[in-house]
This record gives sequence, structure tokens and C-alpha cells, in this order.
Amino acid sequence: MHAFEQLLHGFAVALTPINLMWCLVGTTLGTAIGVLPGLGPALTIALLLPITFKVEPTAAFILFAGIYYGAMYGGSTTSILLNTPGESATIVTALEGNKMARSGRAGAALATSAIGSFVAGTIGTLGITFLAPVVVDWALKFGPADYFSLMLLAFVTVTAVLGSSAVRGMAALFFGVWLGLIGVDLQTGQARFTFGVPELLDGINVIIVAVGLFAVGETLYVASRYKSGTDEIIPLKGSLWMTREEWARSWKPWLRGTALGFPIGAMPAGGAEIPTFLSYFLEKKLSTKPEEFGRGAIEGVAGPEAANNASAAGVLVPMLTLGLPTSATAAIMLSAFQSYGINPGPLLFESQAQLVWGLIASLFIGNVMLLVLNLPMIGLWVKMLRIPAPLLYAGILVFATIGTYGITQSPVDLVLLYLIGGLGYLMRRYDFPTAPVIIGMILGPLAEQNFRQAMTISAGDWTVFFTRPISATILVLALLALAGPKLHGLWQSYRMPAEPAGGDA
Amino acid sequence: MTAPQVTEPAAQPSVRSGLAVGEFCIALGALVLAAVILWQTFEIPVSPLYAKVGPTVMPFFTAFGMGLLGILLMVSALRGGWQTEEEKETTPDRIALLWVAAGLILNVLLISQTGFALASIVLFVCTARGFGSRAIVRDALIGLAFALVAYFGFAKTLGINIGAGIIENLLERVFFGSTPT
Repeated sequence: MHAFEQLLHGFAVALTPINLMWCLVGTTLGTAIGVLPGLGPALTIALLLPITFKVEPTAAFILFAGIYYGAMYGGSTTSILLNTPGESATIVTALEGNKMARSGRAGAALATSAIGSFVAGTIGTLGITFLAPVVVDWALKFGPADYFSLMLLAFVTVTAVLGSSAVRGMAALFFGVWLGLIGVDLQTGQARFTFGVPELLDGINVIIVAVGLFAVGETLYVASRYKSGTDEIIPLKGSLWMTREEWARSWKPWLRGTALGFPIGAMPAGGAEIPTFLSYFLEKKLSTKPEEFGRGAIEGVAGPEAANNASAAGVLVPMLTLGLPTSATAAIMLSAFQSYGINPGPLLFESQAQLVWGLIASLFIGNVMLLVLNLPMIGLWVKMLRIPAPLLYAGILVFATIGTYGITQSPVDLVLLYLIGGLGYLMRRYDFPTAPVIIGMILGPLAEQNFRQAMTISAGDWTVFFTRPISATILVLALLALAGPKLHGLWQSYRMPAEPAGGDA
Repeated sequence: MTAPQVTEPAAQPSVRSGLAVGEFCIALGALVLAAVILWQTFEIPVSPLYAKVGPTVMPFFTAFGMGLLGILLMVSALRGGWQTEEEKETTPDRIALLWVAAGLILNVLLISQTGFALASIVLFVCTARGFGSRAIVRDALIGLAFALVAYFGFAKTLGINIGAGIIENLLERVFFGSTPT
């Protein structure tokens, strides 16, 4: 029980008053930004990145993890009461949760989602505790060639599998990779793509790109679609205490959602959207009252909410053990590691045991805090939903600007921020996913580094990526992930040509 | 789950023809970007020591990928684009966009001249206006409060020093009794 012992040490770290304070700040802030439309964990953590110059790494990561988990809890509140998903991973929750709220069962919907999130978050964190050391053992065998292939797999899955279009996802990814290449090449000292602008020699700060896309771009997009008149907030009705029947109908979906969410999150594909959708359709299929789906079935809230939180926990496994971020938030966290000079990867569990296990322990504590924050104190968050959109978005822009300007106090950075914001608007308008830009920007330079190391070790032999068994296996998986959906579609249309392709939910 | 709709597969939007202007511009942008990446990659000097896997391999790969994707996007744009009908029919609210953009531009112009507080107020008022708010005085006051919260609660705790202007120095003197350097 090596992991268990390490975890106990982690609790000793996480339970110090100062770290408990960071955890509380993180979970509270996370819930708040999860509730507020237009603000997400990636943006918030990006704005808080300068904190890494001030506080020690353990405290910073406890804060960031609290924000990450908290946003998942808070997002469901918005989905249920406002029918506007606060987070992309809570879209499915809005389907049934909002219907439940409309029929006066908001309390039960909020309760099943908060308790389900707690169950899934706790099991998911247990999953990290026991899976991470296994992955570490396995990852220690990886060479640069294997890492490069693994990153290719992550590139393929985050773009081809998650988004609505592989081409647009890839285009966003390549753009991010290019942004990541700007600046001085660390191996040769050559300046790349700086266009003679000295400010670009250090590269483009990920804060600027994340804030530009997620705050400025998003605000512009919402402004272009915003119609005056407020969204209808459904008043909080119904007891927060679930009835016996509601418990009976919730606990199995929680566990099934967790079982779907954690493994999918932990795979290099990552992302929370897919498991939530899978969980929704699974619950619909298994339900004894399928006719309730679409009219407020509690299973349709319980399952996806659990899947969403379990996958959030799962995403941390490749991030911590392989240094492989598979969501925008994880990519920003990785850049926080970089700013401390820490390289996430298998060695992290040896060299930074206190940090890693303190962080994992804080996730358990954070889940308890979030349950308290999101059930007894739900009224507070409902009040936040009443902030009028003009003030909310104006505030987001002011915060984004001050947060970015504060890093270097250079107007060049602000111009860059707004240019990227304009681009983010175009991407949103023309249905390009924005998260791959951040992932490409962080992962691109790492992929290049591993590629060059692999080629140096192999003395310039390109076949190294296909002859190493680990690398070859991963490349085959990447190819399957890229071609799989297409082949599946062909197969389907071949087998049943007259059937309409899927429901348009 | 629904009544069987025979023949037309749902995934295939009804056959569109003609060029989609917006998407065409986006695809063109991707192609231009690919060309710029390629051109700038040739500008990177390569020492013969690193000839095999030098600093240009990844940029070449990026330029190639971007170009390929640009072509695919272009093909799609020429065939009527990829946006859904519903998306196509919504026209963006240009006036709202202009207000927000004006706020951003004024903010860049003002921030190094007058300090961030005044620049933030202007940004706040313009953005709120873009979202339909008409209460300029109220918005300006809230904007000031926001800027100060961001300044004291955020910049000060994170230890990043934001260029102070007239309003900041005044408040700093009132609250802390000294002017920051």
C-alpha cells in the first residue's frame, strides 16, 4: 500500500491551515466562475498564473485544482437554473436539469448533481491515487520517441474526437503549435517568427492567448449575439433533501457516470463532453421510466454530472504522470509547472512527492468543501446569477485587461491580447474550437523537443518512431482515432443505408 | 425515437451550392498564414551542425499542415461552407461589436497615458453600452470599483505593479499614506 502511505503524507501537507485556506479560496472562486457564464477555469487559472512568482508550488496547485474542481460544481447550477450551461461539460445537465427546475424540482436537481459530483470526484480522486503510480511505472520506460508519438496521439484525439469537425479542430491546433514556436529556439538560440519585434523573442505568453480567446473573444461573440432582455432564472423551489425515490434513482447513475467519466478523462483523449453525453444516453437506455427523459428525469442529471466530475479527475492522471495536458485547463496548469521550473512526468512523483500527494489529498478535501459550498450555501450562488450581463462582461474585460497588462505593463501585450481576442471571435463565429489552440501552444514545443531528442538519439533515423514497440503502438492508436469515426460512418451507411444517422439532440 | 424520416441522411445538409463568403475568407486566412509560416521558416538561419533536426523541421511541418488544412477549408467554403443554416441566418449585432471594440481600442490608447483606472472606466462603460446598458454614470462608478478591486485585490496580492495614474496615486496616498514608486 505504497500509494496509501504517500497519500497520508499528502494529507499532512494539505491539512496545514495555510493550504486549507488556499483550498477554500480555490473551491469558492471555482464555484463562482463556474456559476457565472463567460468565465471558465482555464481563463481564471491563466489570470492567476502570476501568483506562481509569489507562493510556493504546493499552495498554487492546491488553489488551481480547487478552481478546476469548483468550476465543475458551479457550472451545473447555471445549467439547471438558467438553461445556459456555465461550462461546456455541463451542456447535458441542462437538458434534464432545467426541465426538473421548471417543474418545481430545482432542489432535487441541484442536490443530485452536487452529491453526484461529490461521489464521482471522490472516487475519481481515489482513481488518481491508485492509477497514477501504475502509469508512472509504465511511463518510466518511455523514451523521447515514445513521448513524441504520445503527443501526436493527444493532438489527434483532442481535435478529431472532441470537436464537431476534425479539420477545424486541427486548424486550431496547428495555429496553437505555431504560436508556441514563436520566439527563441531553446536548442539553437535562433529567433523564429519574431518579425523583428523584440517583445516576441521570449515567445508569446500563454496568459495572453488564453485570456484573449476565452475572455476577449468570448465577450465579443456574446456581444454580437446578445439580445437585451434577461434570461429567465428559475426560482429555487423544492426541497434540497432528496426523497427516498430520488436517492434510489440517483445512486446507480452516479456510479455508472463515474465509471464512464474517469477512464475517458484519464485517456490521452481527455475532455469531459464525451463521457457526459455517453452517460446521458446510457441512463436513458437503462431507465425504467424512459418516458420521463426530456421532461426532467433525475437520472439524466445524476449520471452526466458524475461523469463530468470523474473525467475532470481523470484528466489529472496524464497531466501529472506524463506531462500531457488534454484540456485547456490542464494545459494552463502545465505552464504553471513550467513557470516553477518543474517538469511534470513520471519523475514528478519522486522529485516532488510532497507537491503531488499534497495536491491529491487537497482534492479529497476540496470535494468535501464543494459539497458544503454547493448545497447549504446554494442561495448565495443563485444570487450571483442575477448579475446583469452588461456589468458581468464589462467586468470580465476589465479584469482580463488588468491581469494581462500587469504582467509586463507593455501596450504591445495589450494589442496582442485584443488581436487574439478578435481572432477568438472569428473562431467562435465560424465554429472552430478554441481549446486546441492552448493545447497546441503548450504541447507543440514539448513535442518538438522530444522529436529532436529522439532524432538525435537515433542519429537522424526517421524509422525510430515505427520500430520502437511502444511508439509504434501509440501511432497505430492515433491513426485509428483519426480514421476510426470515418470508417465507422462508412460501415454504418453500408449496413443500413436508409436509416437516418443518429438523433439530432 | 422519432417518426422514421426516410431517404435523406440527417448528417448531410441539403445540398448547398455556391461560395460562402465568410468561410472563404477564413480559409484564405489559413492559407495566407501557411504561406507566411513557410516564408518565415526560410528566414531562420540554420547552422550546419543542426542540419538534420534543426530549428526548421517543426516549422516546416506546421506550415505544411496549415496549408493542407487551409485547402480543405477552402474546398468546403467553395461548396457552400460548413456553418449550419441557423448559424448563417443570424446576423451579428455590428453596433454592439463596435461599442466593445471601441472600448478595447480606447483602453490601449489611454492606459499608458492616464493610468489603468481611467482606461478601465472607459472600457467598462463602452462594453456595458455594447450589451445594451444606458446608465453611463452608474456604469462608470461600477467600472471604477471594478478597476480598484482588480488593482488592490489582484495586482497588489499577486505582486504585479500596474502603471499607476492620477486616480491610483491619489487613492494610494489616502489609504497607504505614500505614493508608490
